[in-house]
Amino acid sequence: MIALTPVVSVDAVMLEARAAALAKRSIKTSAKLEGITLGIRCTDLTTLEGKDSQGRVRSLCAKAITPRPGWPGVPSVAAVCVYPNLVPAARAAVEGTGVKVASVATAFPSGLSKLEIKLADTADAIASGADEIDMVIDRGAFLAGHEREVFDEIVAVRSLCASAAREVHLKVILETGELGSYDNIRRASDLALEAGADFIKTSTGKVGTNATFPTALVMCEALRDFARRTGERRGLKVAGGVRTTKQALTYLVIVKETLGDAWLDPGKFRIGASSLLDDLLMQLEKEQTGHYAGSDYIPKD
Amino acid sequence: MAIFDYAPAPESVRPAIRERYGLFIDGNWVAPSGGRYFETVNPADETHLSQVAYASAADVDRAVRAARKGYEKYWRRMKPADRAKYLYRIARAVTERGRELAVLETLDGGKPIKESRDFDIPTAAAHFFYYAGWADKLEWAMRAGRVPDPIGVSGQIVPWNFPLLMAAWKIAPALACGNTVVLKPAETTPLTALALAQIVREADLPPGVINVLTGDGATGAALVEHAGVDKIAFTGSTEVGKAIARSLAGTDKRLTLELGGKAAHIVFADAPMDQAIEGVINGIYFNQGHVCCAGSRLLVEERVHDEVIVRLTERLQTLRLGDPLDKNTDIGAINSKAQLEKIHELVRSGVEAGATLVQQQCVLPSRGFYFPASFFTNVHPSHRIAREEIFGPVLSVLTFRTPDEAVEKANNTPYGLSAGIWTDKGSKNMWVAQQLRAGVVWCNTFNQFDPSSPFGGYRESGFGREGGVHGLYEYLAK
Repeated sequence: MIALTPVVSVDAVMLEARAAALAKRSIKTSAKLEGITLGIRCTDLTTLEGKDSQGRVRSLCAKAITPRPGWPGVPSVAAVCVYPNLVPAARAAVEGTGVKVASVATAFPSGLSKLEIKLADTADAIASGADEIDMVIDRGAFLAGHEREVFDEIVAVRSLCASAAREVHLKVILETGELGSYDNIRRASDLALEAGADFIKTSTGKVGTNATFPTALVMCEALRDFARRTGERRGLKVAGGVRTTKQALTYLVIVKETLGDAWLDPGKFRIGASSLLDDLLMQLEKEQTGHYAGSDYIPKD
Repeated sequence: MAIFDYAPAPESVRPAIRERYGLFIDGNWVAPSGGRYFETVNPADETHLSQVAYASAADVDRAVRAARKGYEKYWRRMKPADRAKYLYRIARAVTERGRELAVLETLDGGKPIKESRDFDIPTAAAHFFYYAGWADKLEWAMRAGRVPDPIGVSGQIVPWNFPLLMAAWKIAPALACGNTVVLKPAETTPLTALALAQIVREADLPPGVINVLTGDGATGAALVEHAGVDKIAFTGSTEVGKAIARSLAGTDKRLTLELGGKAAHIVFADAPMDQAIEGVINGIYFNQGHVCCAGSRLLVEERVHDEVIVRLTERLQTLRLGDPLDKNTDIGAINSKAQLEKIHELVRSGVEAGATLVQQQCVLPSRGFYFPASFFTNVHPSHRIAREEIFGPVLSVLTFRTPDEAVEKANNTPYGLSAGIWTDKGSKNMWVAQQLRAGVVWCNTFNQFDPSSPFGGYRESGFGREGGVHGLYEYLAK
């Protein structure tokens, strides 16, 4: 088997120290306002629960399009992210607004099904109107050393996306909380980028450890090296456990200082979250009015 | 236009600074005998901060006598557990007033507030806590049958790069072992030592146990030469260290010297590269490079030289230079005009010798002393910038081809304070570390400090150790 890409090693101690240093950046006043607005624009407003219904998805979409009715200057989020069955409802709700529909696919969240089923899952989501596919990698295969298998699966899903009649972007979920080391996270990032991922994404949100600052940093380093090598700027999506504005701002800091301003755009950076948007709106109001509104002033869904 | 530019985030605490400071002798603030005061300024904008007393030889004599009295009358007789109590009291006060001390350190010295807040002050407090713990357990530091006797009066001269931290490194073990202290802070950075004197006063230490004399080199020389001093501990330049050693030759005064360095930072091709770059950046640009153990000679394996230069050049541009009080500042002000001129002079010598200068692209503040983060490529081992301590944010990049060559080049310096190694191979890391003649070798990290870990140099970087159990021996009679 040919080597896929050179293995890059990561030192955990210094990586975590650097991430901690970036988390200490003090984001105030105009920077905070800009960061919050950018954070909203980069949000993939997500609902991935077994009890999701069409009604629930429709209200999520309404909030995605107009997060704070009556407040001018609050942008729409980047996308809504749902299960494949709910893509048609989401598609109908956001049509013509610029908000994209992202669908998880490939036997999300475990990815432990046959490739044909994963491809059928993906094809169904695309046919139902998804603009973006959030696929999972087979972590079992990756940890067993079957890198080629992981790579080929991504390539197969990638070509399905590429063969769609419209543009469909592919986000590859590495499920970093299951990979066990930063070396593995870096390796999986490199594989996914080589295989054609438009975005590399940290987590499903379904395991104990989701996005963390050092994880985002190591993935940014992979994206930066890929861009340096190929000239192509691919994207990062952090997901799972991002609930506060402070966290969102730190992710923006990590992206800005590792990848540069060109990545501070929904085309290159996303945050997958459900409750984060509420905190962003609350902090936005605080920055604009000087005081916090009660949480009941922010619509929950 | 740039996106998401960080707005100014200045630290808001403003410590009280007196218009004028006296000398702290025998538990009291006293006027200098000569009536002379000198100015201390903020290097970030050249504004006046305070007037500080100038201690003459007569004041040194007063302070040494006070320290002797404090030693004979109180400190050496005190139960060790009670000495510990006072040290814990100082440690707690430094912690409680950490924010104020951090701002003071930054105002007086120019270092970024994030460093004084997260490194200088907490580490200073940690040293007091650590040595407080030793005070009543000194027998366990000794060989069986030996009694831990103090030395007596200790004259301590500290530099301007880590003013409070270096004072803590020296005062804490001296006091824990039963010695008393005459401390002489650096001319450009007296304020945190004076704040510490006030803490000592409020902690109600017996008079004379800690005395603080502000002044210049002549004050320090008077302290070194005073017959009533039993031990000198000096941190500063190799040049002054040598003069002190000469002056003490033939006396029975004990001496520890922590002097300059020109540390090799070795990056092998198999290093975790992104983290190695961070280590190199931290190694040379921490505290504007005003660090005796700064990794100022980067030795890169030739096959990754170009890659390292590309990465370093990119990373340089993300460093934020400016107002040291801004919480997002990475590179603050150069400590003094004299130091800035020295950096300029050495950088000029590098350019004239034919080395290639790479600098961060930024606008320097119009007032104050600043120098952009810089490094040189095409450096040859014979260049001054590869041999002399620049003590500024300037790195010299050299190459090597084999581990043997790396070791040879790393050791080819009269200094030997610190070194760093970056490689993914444990065996190589350990082998190289064993070959390096340096007091501290950091493997896949840099600038790690802990009170329990001894620090000190080989050869022209000095002798004696500070920190850990080894630090106690410097303050115990042989």
